[in-house]
Amino acid sequence: MTVNVLLFASYADALGRPRIEMAVAPGSTVADMVARVRDGHADRLPARPLVAVNQEYATYDRVIEPGDEIALIPPVAGG
Amino acid sequence: MIAPIAVGRTHAALVDRSIDPSALLRAVADVGAGATALFLGTVRHTHDGRAVTGIDYQAYSTMADRLLQAIVTEASQRYGTRAIAVEHRVGYLSLGETSVAIASAHERRAPAFAAARYVIEEIKRRVPIWKREHYVDGTREWVDPTRDASASTGLDGVAAADAMVSAAATHDPCRP
Repeated sequence: MTVNVLLFASYADALGRPRIEMAVAPGSTVADMVARVRDGHADRLPARPLVAVNQEYATYDRVIEPGDEIALIPPVAGG
Repeated sequence: MIAPIAVGRTHAALVDRSIDPSALLRAVADVGAGATALFLGTVRHTHDGRAVTGIDYQAYSTMADRLLQAIVTEASQRYGTRAIAVEHRVGYLSLGETSVAIASAHERRAPAFAAARYVIEEIKRRVPIWKREHYVDGTREWVDPTRDASASTGLDGVAAADAMVSAAATHDPCRP
């Protein structure tokens, strides 16, 4: 299945784009997805970035479903 | 044991125009309130000793909107505010401009202050908003509040996500 991974702020700058479309195997977890995104870019992203699935923070064992909206969340700095 | 308090009025918005604090005060106006607290976050001219000329704020808009609403609802329930409102701005802000405004109205001053404090602390902890500072020398940099704390190990999103997922119900930044 194909998922869209949204990138913001410093992570979008690091990878030079605001989103990545990637194919992932059914049953893949957030941890699997992060490993895929970091593949080839390990020097530009932290090992374990914060992740949101469908606009809620997600743990790394969460299984990704078709149509999920996934986002890598850089350290937040609002206020 | 304090009986559950009805949720008061709330307002939360991410905005791309200047914030009018008096509009927030009008939004929370309530003749039952003896105290109204107003907090403003504004763009400061220095950060870590570097001269700042302005700040770009960016957000994951849909998630930030949802979380701002969730946070004012939590504050309303915890502190029993009669009304509470927050607006956070995105886009480029010059020195002195207001990036965030929080107004809370309560019968008494202590919970009015506490509710506003809760909202700003939770925004800083949870809401996906980022700022890129522009410096006098022409350079720009994303602000990373975790950099000092995590310098030796790097950001740990696994621990952070676990904390975020479980914390909303128990976390209270106003208590030690």
